[in-house]
Amino acid sequence: MTTTAAPVPGERTAEKNNPGAAPRRRRSGRLRKIGLPYLLLLPALLLELLVHLVPMIIGIVVSFRQLTQFYIRDWATAPWAGFDNYAVSIDFDAPVGEALVRSFLTTCLFTALSVGLCWFIGTAAAVFMQENFRGRGFLRTLFLVPYALPVYAAVITWAFMFQRDNGIINHVIHDQLGLTDSPPFWLIGDNAFVTLLVVSVWKGWPFAFLIMMAGLQNIPRDIYEAAALDGAGVWQQIRRITLPSLRPVNQVLVLVLFLWTFNDFNTPFVLFGKAAPESADLISLHIYQSSFQTWNFGTGSAMSVLLLLFLLVVTGLYLLFTSRGKKATDA
Amino acid sequence: MRRIRAAAVGAVTLSLVLTAAACGGGSSGSGGSNEQPKTLTYWASNQGASLEVDKKVLQPELDKFEKETGIKVKLEVVPWGDLLNRILTATTSGQGPDVLNIGNTWSASLQATGALLPWDEKNFEAIGGKDRFVESALGSTGVQGKDPAAVPLYSMAYALYYNKKMFADAGIKKPPTTWDEVTEAGKKLSKDGKWGLGAEGSNLSNNIHQVFVLAKQHGADFFTADGKADFTSDGAVAAVKQYVDLMAKDKIIAPGNAEYAQNQSLSDFAKDKTAMVLWQTAAATFEAQGMNKDEWDVVPAPVQSGEPGEGKGTNSMVAGINLAVFNNTKNIDGAKKFVKFMTSDAEQTVLNKEYGSIPPVKAAQEDAAFNTFALSPLRETLATSAAALPQVPEESQFETVVGTAVKELFADAAAGRAVTTASVKAKLEKAQQQMPKK
Repeated sequence: MTTTAAPVPGERTAEKNNPGAAPRRRRSGRLRKIGLPYLLLLPALLLELLVHLVPMIIGIVVSFRQLTQFYIRDWATAPWAGFDNYAVSIDFDAPVGEALVRSFLTTCLFTALSVGLCWFIGTAAAVFMQENFRGRGFLRTLFLVPYALPVYAAVITWAFMFQRDNGIINHVIHDQLGLTDSPPFWLIGDNAFVTLLVVSVWKGWPFAFLIMMAGLQNIPRDIYEAAALDGAGVWQQIRRITLPSLRPVNQVLVLVLFLWTFNDFNTPFVLFGKAAPESADLISLHIYQSSFQTWNFGTGSAMSVLLLLFLLVVTGLYLLFTSRGKKATDA
Repeated sequence: MRRIRAAAVGAVTLSLVLTAAACGGGSSGSGGSNEQPKTLTYWASNQGASLEVDKKVLQPELDKFEKETGIKVKLEVVPWGDLLNRILTATTSGQGPDVLNIGNTWSASLQATGALLPWDEKNFEAIGGKDRFVESALGSTGVQGKDPAAVPLYSMAYALYYNKKMFADAGIKKPPTTWDEVTEAGKKLSKDGKWGLGAEGSNLSNNIHQVFVLAKQHGADFFTADGKADFTSDGAVAAVKQYVDLMAKDKIIAPGNAEYAQNQSLSDFAKDKTAMVLWQTAAATFEAQGMNKDEWDVVPAPVQSGEPGEGKGTNSMVAGINLAVFNNTKNIDGAKKFVKFMTSDAEQTVLNKEYGSIPPVKAAQEDAAFNTFALSPLRETLATSAAALPQVPEESQFETVVGTAVKELFADAAAGRAVTTASVKAKLEKAQQQMPKK
C-alpha cells in the first residue's frame, strides 16, 4: 500500500461518483461554442463599461478625498483623506457609522420582506392566471397598473393616503372600522417601516407577476397533462413541475428584485422627503442625505463604495449558490 | 447559465450606476467673459402659487429688459425642492445659468464653493451702491468680512398670524406678544378638534427658522463666533425644547402637525382649524385658500418677554431670496445689467408687490403697497428685530442635521413619548457629530 497513490483513486472515485462531472465537461465544450454571442456582445459591453466605469472610478477616487462645498467646483483639488471617510463610515460607535449600520440593517430587513412578498404575491397571481376564466384579460391589465404608473405619481398618492389627519387609510381603519383608539401616524415614527413596505410591495409585485407569467408560458402543457394522468393533484403539479421549471426565471427575478429593492431611492424619498424617519431610513436615501444634504461628498462616496462591495459579494455568493444548486438539480 | 451571466452583468452595472450617482466631475474657470453678450439664462426660484404664475409675472419684466438692453433672457423657474441640488450640479459641471436665485440662508454655503461672483465695491457700484439695500437683508449675503456672494432680491420675515373670530370666541382680548401669552391663548383655543398654533414638524428648514429665533431669545447661537458648530449649549437645548414642548407639553399644536411639510398648517389656518401660525408673508396663501382679508390679522412674532428688538428680542430670521451671478458666465456685463434692472426701485416695487414680499431696496419700500396691515409688521420686524441665520459655510449642513433632529423630536412628541432636556440634548449632540470635521 502506498501512501501517495491512495488519494488519486479516491479523487477519481469522487469524480466518477459526482454526477455533475460529466455535464461539466460537456458544458465547457458548450462554452466554447457560445463564444460567438459573447464576442458580439463585446462592443455594447465596452460602451457600458465606459459609461459606468469612469464614474465609478471617480466615485472611488472621491471616497478617498475630503470633498465638501469648499472643493466641489474643482473636486480634483480636494485634499486626500486617506481612509478617513471609510473610518468615519464604519466607526459604529459614532453617530455617522451608527446611523449607517442601522440604516443598513433596516434595508436588509426591508429587502427580505419586500422581495419575499413581491415574489409570493407575483407567483401566486401568475399561477392563478394560468386558468382560463372570464375577465382574465381585465384582471391581468389591472394587476399591471402599479407597474405601468409613473413612480412619483403613484408614491405621492400613497403619501396622501397615509396622512394621519386627512388620509383615506386612517379614515377607513379609524373612523369607519374603529380599529384603533386614535388615528396612527404612518409617515413618521415606527409605522413608517410598514408604510414603506406596503408601497414597495404594491409597486414591485406586478413585475414578479409579469416575469412569472412569461416563465409559466414556457412550460409545455403536455407535462401537466401527463402528470394529471399519473394522478398528480394541483399542489403536486405546482411543486413538482411548475416551481422546478421556473427555477432559472426565479434566479434572475429574485436577484433583480433584490437589487432594485435594496437600492430603492424613489419610494422613501417621495414618501418621507429628505429626512426619512429612523425606522424607514433606507440606505440609498441615507447615502443621499450624507452626500447631498450635508455636502459631505467624500463620506457619501465611501458609503457608496462599501455598498457596492456588499452588493457585489452578495450577488457573487448568490450566483455561486444558485448555480451549484442548479448542478444538483441537473443531476 | 447565460441568463445568470447576463443578470450578473446587469447587477454589476446597476451597482456602478449607484456609485456614479454619488459623485460628479468637472471643473470650471473663474471670472466671467463677454463671449455671448446678447443672451442670459436666469434661474428663478418658485415664488408664486405655481411655476406658471411665476412665468406670467416675470416674462413681461424680462421683455422690458430686452427692450431696454437688447439682451434676451431665457427664463427657467426652478421648484424649491430642486434648487439647491441644481445649483450644486451646475457648480460641479460649470454648466450653470448666468444669473440665479438662491435662498438667502444658503449664501455662505454657496459662497464657499467659489462658484458665485463676489460683489465687491466695484460690482456694487455697477448696480447703484450698497447703501440702497436694507442692512438686515445685506446681512444674509455671505460670510461677514468677505465680499457678498449675492444681492438681496425679495425680503420676508416671520410674524404671528391669528384668526380674529376664533380669538373673539375664546374671549381673548388682544393678540399675544410673549410666548407665555401664546401658550395661554393656545390653551383656550385648543379644544373641540381645533388647535392653538400650527407647525410644520417635518419641514427641516422651517424647523431651523423657528429654533434659530428661539435660541437667540435664549442668548444662544448654533455656531461659535469663529464658526464652529455649537448645537448643545444650554440656550440651544432650551430653544429646541421650548419649540417642541408647544406640542409635547403645552399641547397647543396638533400632534398631526408633526408630519406636515407641505404648508398644511396654512390650510388648517385658512379652514379655521388652527387659530395661529408663525409664518413669513402668508397673505397670498390665505387668499388662495379662500380666506377673506378681514378674517385674520398679523402682529410681530412673540418674544420671551418685553419688546422685540435685537439680541434676546430677536423674533424672526431674515428670510428672503438673493440674486447671484455665476462666476463663469459668458455675459458678465449683461449679467450685472440684469441684476441692476431687477434691483432697480421700479422693478423692486413691481416684483415684490406681485409676490407679497418686501423690497430689500430702501427706496422701493416707500411705496404705499408695502404699508398695509399685512406687511407693516413684517417690514418693522425686518428693520428692527430680525437676525440673519449663521453666515457660515456649513449652514446648509446645519439645516439638515438640526432640522432632522427637531423633526424626530416632534415625531416623539406626537407619539406621546417624553421630550426631556436630556432627549433634546442627545439628539442635538448626535446632530453635531454628523457635521463634517473641519
